Amino acid sequence: MDPYALKTLNAERRARRAAILVTDLGDGRDRIVREGDQVAGDLGVAIDRAFRTGNSGSVEAEGRTFFLNAHLPQPRLVVVGAVHISQALAPMARIAGYPVEIIDPRTAFATPDRFPDVALSAEWPEDVLTRQPLDSYTALAAVTHDPKIDDFALKAALDANCFYVGALGSRKTHAKRVERLLALGASADQIARIHAPIGLDIGAASPAEIAVAILAQTIHAFRSRGLESKGAVA
Amino acid sequence: MENSIYLDEARDPLIIAEGWMKDGKDVAIATVVETWGSAPRPVGSHLVIDADGNFHGSVSGGCVEGAVVTEAIDVIGSGKAKMLEFGVADETAWQVGLSCGGRIKVYVERLG
Repeated sequence: MDPYALKTLNAERRARRAAILVTDLGDGRDRIVREGDQVAGDLGVAIDRAFRTGNSGSVEAEGRTFFLNAHLPQPRLVVVGAVHISQALAPMARIAGYPVEIIDPRTAFATPDRFPDVALSAEWPEDVLTRQPLDSYTALAAVTHDPKIDDFALKAALDANCFYVGALGSRKTHAKRVERLLALGASADQIARIHAPIGLDIGAASPAEIAVAILAQTIHAFRSRGLESKGAVA
Repeated sequence: MENSIYLDEARDPLIIAEGWMKDGKDVAIATVVETWGSAPRPVGSHLVIDADGNFHGSVSGGCVEGAVVTEAIDVIGSGKAKMLEFGVADETAWQVGLSCGGRIKVYVERLG
């Protein structure tokens, strides 16, 4: 392995950015491909697939055998709001492979009693997200119903290109939220990425069912990353 | 730790390999490139080895690491990468093999 490739790969992994180490198994030459880099032909198709699935494997292309080792950051879910839905969502999401962090400045809600074994910050999103910025391998669900708490986090999630952004509230509530986010400087394209009302439409009624709907929508967003532009996923 | 959102720097094989390299050590990197049947470690898993036989990570959860380390020291000396194959159907299975019944292919290369 090329020492420079190893250094580059580790730097990308530390920064929570996806990278693939492509090794020609014939001559041992290797290189790093970052998400969004253009690679032509069959190799490019295989690389796109590896970024999406996170699966490593060999591929035949241009008469050679390449090994693609996909290094994807661990996806995570940040939930703004230590509410009933979040109490159900946190354990479900962890089981599904998405570690959860919950942020809510209302100390009566954000208690370890209500959220055992969950990373919990009883602080304003402004403070937490400055310390631990969002990124494109983070999903954000805003579920407090309170613009003072949700709006900053939603704007930050759009700016950080979070792979999923969802916000609790009816269509009417969301229409008002759109106005506020526009005033905060978000573009119409950005705002269109927000899933609101939140969650896949499975007719969820109880807080736990809404949690299932949010988790399902998060997984769908993660597994269809980068496909929207190619029309493969509606 | 599984599912941690940050790298476990003290145990991550590729981070350790980079550290060894900075310390001026000769290093080999072994990677699982293919598995068949019930293999203990997924494709892409790493074992990193230095010239003294120190190692971190795993390619099989303990079944064949000894043999991979021996081959890796050879690769460090020659600079020539090797493709190793392990499985119960293998002739070498009497010495080292995967008791789980799977087969794995491990690519061993020198760093630099």
